[in-house]
Amino acid sequence: MSTSFVLKNVSIGDGPAVDIQITGDIVTAIGSGITGTEQIDCSGLIALPGLVDLHTHLREPGFEQSETVLTGTQAAALGGFTAVHAMANTSPVADTAGVVEQVAALGREAGYAEVFPIGAVTVGLEGKQLAELGAMANSKANVRVFSDDGKCVHDPVLMRRALEYVKAFGGVIAQHAQEPRLTEGAQMHEGAVSAELGLTGWPSVAEESIIARDVLLAEHVGSRVHICHLSTAGSVEIVRWAKARGISVTAEVTPHHLLLTDELVRSYDSVYKVNPPLRTEGDVLALREALIDGTIDIIATDHAPHPIEAKDCEWNAAAFGMIGLETAASIAQLVLVDSGKSNWKRVAEVLSINPARIGQDADQGVEISVGSVANLTLIDPTAKRTVVAQSASKSTNSPYVGLELPGRVKHTIFRGYFTVRDGNLAKVGRA
Amino acid sequence: MSRNLLSAGDLSRDQAIEILDIAEGMADVNDRDIKKLPTLRGKTVVNLFFEDSTRTRISFELAAKRLSADVINFSAKGSSVSKGESLKDTAQTLEAMGADAVVIRHSASGAANVLAHSGWINGAIVNAGDGTHEHPTQALLDAFTMRKRLHGNPSHGKALEGVKVAIVGDILHSRVARSNLLLLNTLGAEVHFVAPPTLLPANAASMKAQLHYSLDEVLADEKPDVVMMLRVQAERMNASYFPSEREYARIWGFNADRLTKLKPGAIVMHPGPMNRGLEIDAISADSPQSTVLEQVANGVSVRMAVLFSVLSGERANNVN
Repeated sequence: MSTSFVLKNVSIGDGPAVDIQITGDIVTAIGSGITGTEQIDCSGLIALPGLVDLHTHLREPGFEQSETVLTGTQAAALGGFTAVHAMANTSPVADTAGVVEQVAALGREAGYAEVFPIGAVTVGLEGKQLAELGAMANSKANVRVFSDDGKCVHDPVLMRRALEYVKAFGGVIAQHAQEPRLTEGAQMHEGAVSAELGLTGWPSVAEESIIARDVLLAEHVGSRVHICHLSTAGSVEIVRWAKARGISVTAEVTPHHLLLTDELVRSYDSVYKVNPPLRTEGDVLALREALIDGTIDIIATDHAPHPIEAKDCEWNAAAFGMIGLETAASIAQLVLVDSGKSNWKRVAEVLSINPARIGQDADQGVEISVGSVANLTLIDPTAKRTVVAQSASKSTNSPYVGLELPGRVKHTIFRGYFTVRDGNLAKVGRA
Repeated sequence: MSRNLLSAGDLSRDQAIEILDIAEGMADVNDRDIKKLPTLRGKTVVNLFFEDSTRTRISFELAAKRLSADVINFSAKGSSVSKGESLKDTAQTLEAMGADAVVIRHSASGAANVLAHSGWINGAIVNAGDGTHEHPTQALLDAFTMRKRLHGNPSHGKALEGVKVAIVGDILHSRVARSNLLLLNTLGAEVHFVAPPTLLPANAASMKAQLHYSLDEVLADEKPDVVMMLRVQAERMNASYFPSEREYARIWGFNADRLTKLKPGAIVMHPGPMNRGLEIDAISADSPQSTVLEQVANGVSVRMAVLFSVLSGERANNVN
């Protein structure tokens, strides 16, 4: 048997302190007084199944000045992730088997996390004709999640066909819900603040009307739909209604929509420019409640790196998006654990188990148990840190810079080896 | 006041009145044979216009020249990174040349704020209109015009307590309306917005103004002291904000008939340029109640006062 190491005195989720033995890439024992080739003191740390992000922009191929698969997965590892789903809006667009296989291969080469490519729903994200979904599903990348993220599949017929078609291989459409006509030129949430600032509004109804349509379409064709980055209280109500009706819908929320509001836009600092936009305090509270009660299934980062020049300009000219891989776990802790309203079990569900289930990710999002693949994240919940601009990501467009957040990812273990150890990125030299 | 004028909301009541009072003094200069003061000699004022606006630019240019500043007009088309020179590069270039004040006009809301808070430039920033956000010197010249008309010559030191102002038209896209709302509230006036529902912001109820759809009802019930007509931009007409120009003019346009409904002493304002026959008809625009040309003249005096205030560092009540 190969060498093993033991994580000593670690709590699995909300449980008591135990020892976890890892041999090769498998969890081989859980209990007390376990020994191995190496013992690592993990007193006070929380172990979660390796985090899984269903919504990451790795930017490669095409936008390597913002991020690459290597730098993006390094940021992911530092954030506690062992798997990320790479969005399709690259250049070329991930709308063929060739591109998704390339992205998956780049992920394997980097070795910092599993990279599951998301396939485009339509050719070139243009919303006109279906991309070769079957070819991507049957490729070596084994794609199961399809999305035109950044753009909404707004044509109702095309959306219906996509929902129907992916049933053939158990796929899911992840919809970026944004009615395009209602959001032409939109810059921020349409509300009291946009009225004052004179920025073109992005009304909540533009999101809610698409979600309402798509859950009904999913029901009609008997397929499942995943709603990306819910941002409004109204969207929560619609998803809650759809779930109660038995419709197969899952929903995600980003860390930033759980924490930040449109009041921040008053600074005209484009680091707060994101799509869907930051909404109101009332929306934030509704999203938090929905995350706790299960209406919202997952937190996904929508990590969207941009180079400095895309943000260092007037608001209208700035790109939409913010990075978030390295801060997501802290915000989950803040909202679910430190708030006293939920627990680490829920953190594991929304950041690992549920996203892996939606993405049908092999060996990811599995409860830490003997025999499971050793994908683990160890968090020091008592640590505090002030977010700095410098990070493993190639980009610095974090809205949290200067903010103190709770918790710190101490170790990330991916398939039995450390990608992050003692908070530092490990050198990963896998063939 | 501070070194910048970004928003009409940045001004306290005292600061606003002080600028209006200084503008009175500047207006006297504009009545002299030699219309020039040496106050800003050796200072460089840059008119940085990313959006065409001949009227506002020449008003600022004249204001700066009458204060003996050196004036540079920088007209930069295309504001985004992709379209050429960025705001940052332009600002840093002007900084390297030693601009003491930058008067910026930009199609993007918040551009003046970004310039002022970016650290790209150390000179004073004056917002000459940013997108659909604000146009603070327009609000100041409008307040100046109201004060002169309504209070007569002893207007020095006065605010606009109790004055009823109806602002009519495209509130949603109007920087003039936003800046006027802020300044008029600061000066104690009562603001009424009158517009088709499509041209009010979705959350207009949160603004400190009373909202109306009917101009005739406002004229009859509120008896405003001031009716300020806003320009209808050509691009609104094809975007279904209202069915036709004819219908707009009939319901929300100011005309000879509505002129007779004004109470004595009330005035009709327009920031220009006017669409005669759309938001205002020729009889009203050229009537004694109209202040359109006074607004233009007062604009120079008010901008002289603003440039003087932001550039003459050691002011007595420099609160910022």
